[in-house]
Amino acid sequence: MAKTAIIDVKDGNLLVSLQEFFRSILNLEDISAILVPQHLPMKNVVMPTLVTDPEQLDGADPLAPVFPMNAAKIVASLTRKPMGGKVAVVLRPCEIRAFIELLKLKQGRIEEVILVGIDCLGTYKNVDYTQIVGEEKPEFTSRFYGHVLSGNIEVVEGFDLTPACKACEHPVPSNADILIGLFGVDTNKNLLVQAQTPKGEDLYNSLDLSRAEEPPERAAAVESLISERTAYRDKMFAETTEATNSLDKLTTYLANCVNCYNCRVACPVCYCKECVFVTDVFNHEPVQYLRWANRKGVIKMPTDTIFFHITRIAHMSTACVGCGQCTNACPNDIPVMELFRTVSYRTQKAFEYEAGRSIEDDPPLSVFREDELTDIVGIGKA
Amino acid sequence: MGDFEPTIIAFVCNWCTYTAADLAGTARLGYPPNVRLIRVMCTGMVDPKYVIKAFLEGADAVLVSGCHPGDCHYINGNFKARRRIKLLKEILPQFGFGDERLRLTWIGASDGIQFAETIKDMVAQVKALGPNEAKAMMVI
Repeated sequence: MAKTAIIDVKDGNLLVSLQEFFRSILNLEDISAILVPQHLPMKNVVMPTLVTDPEQLDGADPLAPVFPMNAAKIVASLTRKPMGGKVAVVLRPCEIRAFIELLKLKQGRIEEVILVGIDCLGTYKNVDYTQIVGEEKPEFTSRFYGHVLSGNIEVVEGFDLTPACKACEHPVPSNADILIGLFGVDTNKNLLVQAQTPKGEDLYNSLDLSRAEEPPERAAAVESLISERTAYRDKMFAETTEATNSLDKLTTYLANCVNCYNCRVACPVCYCKECVFVTDVFNHEPVQYLRWANRKGVIKMPTDTIFFHITRIAHMSTACVGCGQCTNACPNDIPVMELFRTVSYRTQKAFEYEAGRSIEDDPPLSVFREDELTDIVGIGKA
Repeated sequence: MGDFEPTIIAFVCNWCTYTAADLAGTARLGYPPNVRLIRVMCTGMVDPKYVIKAFLEGADAVLVSGCHPGDCHYINGNFKARRRIKLLKEILPQFGFGDERLRLTWIGASDGIQFAETIKDMVAQVKALGPNEAKAMMVI
């Protein structure tokens, strides 16, 4: 059974209480650093920071409704070789799930990391957040979580959370060593802290926490949130399928794509150091373009746009966690996440796999069984 | 569709299906000339992007064919290929490339007759399906 504790929230200020909690973790002897999103002093943005000095946590704000990048990539770069110290990393659920996928792809190591997950309230697009937040910093975050936790969806008129967040059925982090719970908790008074793994329990035991029971309202609050999200997701799947179910429609869907490949760069699970699409393989001979044009009479330039997207789907869809960073990174507002999640849902289901669910499940394309999939062999004749 | 002559791109493994195709030739077995063979060392090296590229360039069907289970020269390449084809069969139909346009078969080195039959049957099937819509589009 998970060990549960309640920490007090002073003056209804969640952020200060969280910062204090992070400070108490960082003060532990065997924790060298903590990775946590902070408001940067030089500009009004929130970025992951690696903190070793407990005095440098005043800007920590894991509840700010923005994540400029999926920090799973950062955790992977911190852990690809022994670091010489333990780091607590404060992540959103989708970042933890992406990190689980990266671990299985041997892009990082879990040994020196303690995963601290927080119930996720959702995020805005990067550009929207910059517009909304203006000169307020933590004040906006307080207003945001106050609204969201009291069930109010529209915090700022005219702006909406990203579709990725609205379709996300994982608002509660799974696989976190330590979970910080907000849903179904009276956050004006307290926060929930839960140890979910043996590693988390070790940390829990070395902190001075008062044991408590999980509030009975929590399970129902989470369940209703998930069912709302699932409904949105299923509607999104139906609409995206309808919008892309022929090559003609897919071409329309992706018509604004300029082959910048930002979606791939932003994708936490696209882990190849050098993507084939930026190699010489796609540096076609000039005569090749003319040959293509001659064959069809007209070709759209740049070429290989549809090819890139379908190939990326084939290469990473079984690892897609649906974080939405692809859409966030698109300079031309293509709903990339909607397309990838729709297809990924099918491909993951086909292999009874779910990205980020467990470190034990093998990535579908890294293994096989001898006695499977016999129905796809042959040309449809007895 | 009387005049429609489909183009089938076939990725065949060096050790089994390519040898079978060779055997069909030396045995003077007739089969339709609609197939373009691409010899690969193993079906396990057929990256999904090869298949996707073939379709986007206008192939009416793609065949991936290798050794029977247990006969793979590299022990298990054909099992890996089977997972990739499964993956593609989940993805491609979403975008209008029908499931019947992508086939995976096991044709052993001595199965020249089976190779000729498979191509004959596939060509007939694809003729009935009609041409791949990518051919008439400006995407490459």
